[in-house]
Amino acid sequence: MKFAVVVFPGSNCDRDMYHAVKEGLNEEAELVWYLDADLSSYDAILLPGGFSYGDYLRSGSIASTSHIIQQIKKAAADKKPVLGVCNGFQILLESGLLPGAMLANRDLKFMCHQEELRVENNKTMFTSEYQKDGLIHLPIAHGEGNYYCDDAAYQQLKDNKQIVFTYANNPNGSTGDIAGIVNETGNVLGMMPHPERAVESLLGNADGLRLFQSILTYWRNNHAIHA
Amino acid sequence: MPSMLEISPDQIERNRLYAEMGLSDQEYKQVVELLGRRPNHTEIGLFSVMWSEHCSYKNSKPLLKKFPTEGPQVLQGPGEGAGIIDIGDDQAVVFKIESHNHPSAVEPYQGAATGVGGIIRDVFSMGARPIALLNSLRFGSLKHPRIKYLFEEVVRGIAGYGNCVGVPTVGGEVQFDDAYEGNPLVNAMCVGLIDHKDIQKGIAAGVGNTVMYVGAKTGRDGIHGATFASEELSEEAESKRPSVQVGDPFMEKLLIEACLEVINHDALIGIQDMGAAGLTSSASEMASKAGTGMEMNLDHIPQRELNMSPYEMMLSESQERMLLVIEKGREQEIRKIFEKYDLEAVAVGEVIEERRFRLSHKGKVVADVPVDALAEDAPVYHQPSRVPEYFKEFQEMEDYQPIIKDYEKTLIDLLKQPTIASKEWVYDQYDSMVQTNTVVTPGSDAAVLRVRGTKKALAMTTDCNSRYIYLDPEMGGKIAVAEAARNIVCAGARPLGLTDGLNFGSPENPEIFWQMEKSVDGMSEACEQLEAPVISGNVSLYNESYGKAIYPTPIVGMVGLIEDTDHITRSDFQRSGDLIYVIGKAQADFGGSELQGILEGRHFGKPPHIDLGVEKERQNHLLAAIQAGVVQSAHDISEGGLAVALAENLFAQQFGCKVELEGDTVAELFSETQSRFIISVSPEKQKEWEQLMTEAVLIGHVTDDGEYRLNVNGEPIIHTATNKLKDAWKGAIPCLVKSKA
Amino acid sequence: MRKVKVYITLKEGVLDPQGKAVKNSLNTLDYGNVNEVRVGKYMEVMMEESENLEAQVEEMCDKLLANPVIEDYSYEIEEVIA
Repeated sequence: MKFAVVVFPGSNCDRDMYHAVKEGLNEEAELVWYLDADLSSYDAILLPGGFSYGDYLRSGSIASTSHIIQQIKKAAADKKPVLGVCNGFQILLESGLLPGAMLANRDLKFMCHQEELRVENNKTMFTSEYQKDGLIHLPIAHGEGNYYCDDAAYQQLKDNKQIVFTYANNPNGSTGDIAGIVNETGNVLGMMPHPERAVESLLGNADGLRLFQSILTYWRNNHAIHA
Repeated sequence: MPSMLEISPDQIERNRLYAEMGLSDQEYKQVVELLGRRPNHTEIGLFSVMWSEHCSYKNSKPLLKKFPTEGPQVLQGPGEGAGIIDIGDDQAVVFKIESHNHPSAVEPYQGAATGVGGIIRDVFSMGARPIALLNSLRFGSLKHPRIKYLFEEVVRGIAGYGNCVGVPTVGGEVQFDDAYEGNPLVNAMCVGLIDHKDIQKGIAAGVGNTVMYVGAKTGRDGIHGATFASEELSEEAESKRPSVQVGDPFMEKLLIEACLEVINHDALIGIQDMGAAGLTSSASEMASKAGTGMEMNLDHIPQRELNMSPYEMMLSESQERMLLVIEKGREQEIRKIFEKYDLEAVAVGEVIEERRFRLSHKGKVVADVPVDALAEDAPVYHQPSRVPEYFKEFQEMEDYQPIIKDYEKTLIDLLKQPTIASKEWVYDQYDSMVQTNTVVTPGSDAAVLRVRGTKKALAMTTDCNSRYIYLDPEMGGKIAVAEAARNIVCAGARPLGLTDGLNFGSPENPEIFWQMEKSVDGMSEACEQLEAPVISGNVSLYNESYGKAIYPTPIVGMVGLIEDTDHITRSDFQRSGDLIYVIGKAQADFGGSELQGILEGRHFGKPPHIDLGVEKERQNHLLAAIQAGVVQSAHDISEGGLAVALAENLFAQQFGCKVELEGDTVAELFSETQSRFIISVSPEKQKEWEQLMTEAVLIGHVTDDGEYRLNVNGEPIIHTATNKLKDAWKGAIPCLVKSKA
Repeated sequence: MRKVKVYITLKEGVLDPQGKAVKNSLNTLDYGNVNEVRVGKYMEVMMEESENLEAQVEEMCDKLLANPVIEDYSYEIEEVIA
């Protein structure tokens, strides 16, 4: 399986994502500079964390106007797995691939530590290797991770089972404790916690690896059917 | 400052305008002699920044020479952007510490942020990828609203820059003392990783080669920053506020990636960042080091503001700028790399044979000075030194003997001291994990990062107990180096070398100069004994406000090598049932202690004594034991003594302990005797451990009941819930920050 | 040449932690009569004149300058005499 890690100016978790796929999952990955990308040959698209364009204006807003977003939208429409982590999530929100928006954390501070998460939906291509309602730990590192949507949108997310991860102890004020959501078709996941930082026990936590394994499992099953 | 335009050499001399720029009458005369004529306005500007303490080390050079700087592992000692040490496999570690005290005192967010940006540039300009940041911070008491503001904004500034640029902030220290009330210290350290073949130098070699400017445009910000950093803080200094630069971490991130790409290009001859004294120091130093000269056409300098004078362009300290020397004719290849990152690389000059630094602007030569006059011929002062009265008095004092009624309350008070209390409020704001190499995150004795693709890891720490140094600079200097090494060894690493951030008051005060001299003596001796050479550093003098100097604060930033990630050791206890040992016997060492501060409200007497031979031996034995795999956790006993160190070991996993001590209760609990450690060992390894570390004394074991139990001479002294201690320790700083003054 | 002054504010009903912090600070500075603070953004956009300037500005706000999920915007257009 071949993953594209899209690199924007200011992305800084791009290499971490790359290593998580290469060394954690043992699959192919390439760093793809946002300007000269052709995403059609990849099986999954990863939007890494960081500060694309310095988080100027609003996090993710400038990146969401770049041309590569059209290709990402195409990949999403083709039902390819698209994962946005942290700033990648913010870009997915700003480009309209996922509903809602990000606000500054409740106490206005950047925060970086492990958080306990609940797997709300393990029937997605990103979470099949987790237990439903299972508690896992993933690191967070963000200043604007306070997910916001209005009541109607929240109800819709709930009804469609689009809420994938929630915080056990809401650190940032997110609506409905939301840590990660998928789109209606379930192939675009945005999440603030960093699964790519939790793929090896040497660094204290390997809970994130199962997310990448889920994507691989989905792809293998899908390919077996088509083959 | 008068209008920058049209100031004649005559006016400079007659109105002593050089004095406003920080040059003495004698220095002005020296400039005239070197030039063989009177300098014009641009030229005197060049000299004033290059001959400032910040750039020339004119007051500290004689002292810096005392540091041992060599060792088989040293690839690059002091003199370049940062020092380099071999770590095997053709890899090396690059690191340096730098102060940004004055800018942070005036505008804490930007001051701290640009301090981080500057030290990162020092490291990647050597060709290394920056892999970690540490910070050593000093503030006055958090009871004052102004100090709270400084503290909050400095931390926010470090976070704002470091997080964005994608270099993890993995460690450091924060201490609070009234001595820093008017003059906080912000020292930032950056560590980078490099392959030997990529090591770069900041040289302008090859006559005819092209000088290129890359990065942010030049504005009027930061003019005279280097001079500003070499003056005492006062109301007048406050009015120089426009000197403070604004950082753009996004630009820096692009510069890092672009420069690391350019480094692999064979057209690159030399690269250096424009730090203090901006274009002036980078250009003249590059030429001076290469034994060449340089000509620059200032019309080509990318400018952010209109009508900038040559003086302003040369002295600007706008951030995120680099100077490159490129093989002639290959500029386009370099431009292309930068274009990918939306950065402009502009040819601004040429390397010339004649050893002159020549600047032209609008068709006129605006400066023409010998290169070495700027970079090499700065005056060197041997300042007079005098033993301070306070020192004589302290040395003659009887040993301080604290009297304690309630041991538990004293322990809680100590845990709440901001210097001892949990710094989670601080480091939670730093991205400590980006780049996914951080094995031991902030909060342990030293941070540990693995070296991807190898079995190796690096341990790093910053340390300096300035109270000890104030009481006795020589002894305190030894302790600062020894404590850093102790932290490195506790993590399972062998110390490789250190970078020093020397922060002092005015060197023109003989008593301050004596503090500098003595602490450098002490540090040098410890470096020799512990085989940790000084490979880079920074000097920040004139740290005084309204006539009051800070405590002498020579910060030690140390890096150590862990040969196998299996050796990585944490400071806190790992498992219930493990045996607890103490290495080293407690003496009644309370001079400069946290306990003295609580009980007396000030520090006096003699600091703890240190025997470097004993220190070295214990460190060696402990490291051998760690490498043999018999140690579960290792923590040094420092501020607050054994009772505090023991409590800290329990917090992460809410353990309890049962400990029995023999001796004088106050000393056993709270003394800050040097060269001591608390070690935990699993019962299966007891025999092996005791053979390797014959000096270690078994004092108890780790329990899972969350109760802190400590007996002395068979009597129960403290018995309380770990959580109660933890709450005090963890809540102290958030509580102080939140409380309204 | 026109100067477009764009004001971006958080929508009614969207929690504004920054505004809340500023309000609390003003209260501690003894401005007891401060009841609410909303923090927003202000931008100046210099534009060449064009026939449908207003429509253009609104489009720019919708597309990039403001995020309609959380933000409202308003603007003023001024003439700049060079």
